[in-house]
Amino acid sequence: MSFFTAENEKIAKEIVSRYPIARSALIPLLHLAQEQEGWISKPAMEQIAELTYTTSVEVLGTGTFYEMFKFHPVGRYLVKVCTNISCQLLGADELFEHVKKVLDVEEGEITEDGLFTFEEAECVAACTEAPCFTVNYRYFHRATKELFDEVIVDLKTGESPLNKGAADDQGTMPEHGTLSRVRQQIPKSRLAGIKHPEEVKGPPNWIEEGV
Amino acid sequence: MPESSLENGYLEHAPGFVQNEGPKLITNRFKHKDSYTLDKYLSTGGYEGLQSALDRSPSQVHDEVREATLLGRGGAGFPAGIKWGFPPEGVWPRYLVVNGDESEIGTYKDRLLMERDPHQLIEGVLIACYALGLSQAFLYVRGEMALAQERIAIALDEAYKAGYIGKNILGSRFSVDVVMHWGAGAYIVGEETALIESLEGKRGMPRLKPPYFPAAIGLYGKPTIVNNVETLSNLPWILNNGASAYKEFGSETSPGTRMFAISGHVNRPGVYEVEHGVTSFRELFYGDNFCGGIREDNELKMFIPGGGSAPWFFQEQLDLPLEASDVGAAGSMLGSGAIVVMDETTDAVKACLSVVRFFAHESCGKCSPCREGTTWEEKILQRILNGDGRPSDIDLLLDIGDNISPGPYPVASYLDEGLEAVPFPPRQTTICPLGPSSVAPIVSAIRRFRNEFDSLITKTDPIPLALNVEEVVT
Repeated sequence: MSFFTAENEKIAKEIVSRYPIARSALIPLLHLAQEQEGWISKPAMEQIAELTYTTSVEVLGTGTFYEMFKFHPVGRYLVKVCTNISCQLLGADELFEHVKKVLDVEEGEITEDGLFTFEEAECVAACTEAPCFTVNYRYFHRATKELFDEVIVDLKTGESPLNKGAADDQGTMPEHGTLSRVRQQIPKSRLAGIKHPEEVKGPPNWIEEGV
Repeated sequence: MPESSLENGYLEHAPGFVQNEGPKLITNRFKHKDSYTLDKYLSTGGYEGLQSALDRSPSQVHDEVREATLLGRGGAGFPAGIKWGFPPEGVWPRYLVVNGDESEIGTYKDRLLMERDPHQLIEGVLIACYALGLSQAFLYVRGEMALAQERIAIALDEAYKAGYIGKNILGSRFSVDVVMHWGAGAYIVGEETALIESLEGKRGMPRLKPPYFPAAIGLYGKPTIVNNVETLSNLPWILNNGASAYKEFGSETSPGTRMFAISGHVNRPGVYEVEHGVTSFRELFYGDNFCGGIREDNELKMFIPGGGSAPWFFQEQLDLPLEASDVGAAGSMLGSGAIVVMDETTDAVKACLSVVRFFAHESCGKCSPCREGTTWEEKILQRILNGDGRPSDIDLLLDIGDNISPGPYPVASYLDEGLEAVPFPPRQTTICPLGPSSVAPIVSAIRRFRNEFDSLITKTDPIPLALNVEEVVT
């Protein structure tokens, strides 16, 4: 039985087709699986192995290297507080303790209602906007305890807190697993053509013959 | 966005970006709310650099970039034009991998470039592909940057539809596919060979150089150019205005501008586009055009000039220009343009631990000196901070550091103590520079603030370090 829904299987095949070698699609497909289920299960890995001509052990081997992949269920919202130097200098430790208290969990744990998983983050590239926390990889800059509380209330009541964070990010907060809310789509008619590296023998024609 | 940021005069829609006075080569569009759309890009000179490239031969475009001495902005600062010349003759296909895995501590510029001006990056990618005859480009965006992925996906779709990417670009023979790829959370993947491993669907562990120089044996074993997001974002400007115009900015050896992210205890932290090689650290921290001084008029204690991997600088180094060679000779590096400023209230041991912890967490585990060493560095620093440190711990830390990076380790001068600077870079017993990077905060902090370490050490050594055999035997 396949893991991916029919729609996602189509997307998965489309993603694979963009790489000269199928295995390159392994990480994007793990993300797709996580988008579907919120975490990565064994059937997911088995189907990804099929799609990328690898084994499920190879999929597990690659996947476990990357901390964004979860091999057990996590909350609908993944809350991450950065504690690296720039954030720490401006109060990340206090924010970290506050989050722990509000969610009533230890680092790495899931709340009782299954809504939130809390993790410590490594530098998320928002250093001038410290301290910073993210929810499902959406940024909240110059965070205060009050801002965090507001975001939690929003999420519990089904409101989108995105406009409270980085003012540039708008719309609804996706569930854990969804990163980009849109996917790259290459129209077939515009595709230059993706070839296996061994099929390419010489330089492209604009190099040889000029544009 | 919290109100405090607005009061500081930030552009509401580009959080973190501060528009200082001075030339703007790559952040020019950030002031527009819709800077990331194709419409805005086209109405502000977008894709004219690509057209200008297509009007010339590929080798002429390469010459222009070589002539501009465009230095890589990812950390190593190697000239892009020269890097482009490395693929061995007659080996095809060749690939481009865009390094958008920005994750060095303190670094915040590539994310802005991807979120605020994705078309500028895409245009740079296309110019590089045209000049070098590359078959396909992969835009590797850091996994955690959801908004950047969104913006790039939309921009790529727009550019494909409008005929800027894909088959017969702008009616020419030039055809190339640009594919967005995204990671899943691993700092080490920012290292170019690890980036390639990851793009091949493997664990992101660095490859040994030689033989695996990407330009010779890269993606799928083929010649691969790996360029940073900021580096490529400079190309449209260079093609539009020419190398000689580019060299009017910055210094002779470091032309153009650079984005610097200044975080920590300054009044106006932010990302600034600054003339390369000219401006000094002092101007950046205290100038009204930039950060406007240290918070509450506190004294500067130390600063990290180029990301977590860089040895620390102090008051004495404030007048150095933002020039790679000067900073290198003074014992550190400009790296990825990440400057972290710490005032007198900062605990040096705690700051040191914070940086070391990052490296311990992000070590990929391939080389034992790094895998074991960074973990022990973290444990020892933690016990010193907890008040469980022993007198021998300081030497032990330096010894572990020496196993990862055989000394003398690069460090800034400390003239009060008559200590000279040791120039960058460090030596290494590991495949990549991650392990040696973890030694930077340790050597910097111990040399300068040894008293702070000493004052935390309360325990005695359970076993005396230097055993006197006679004493033990008799």
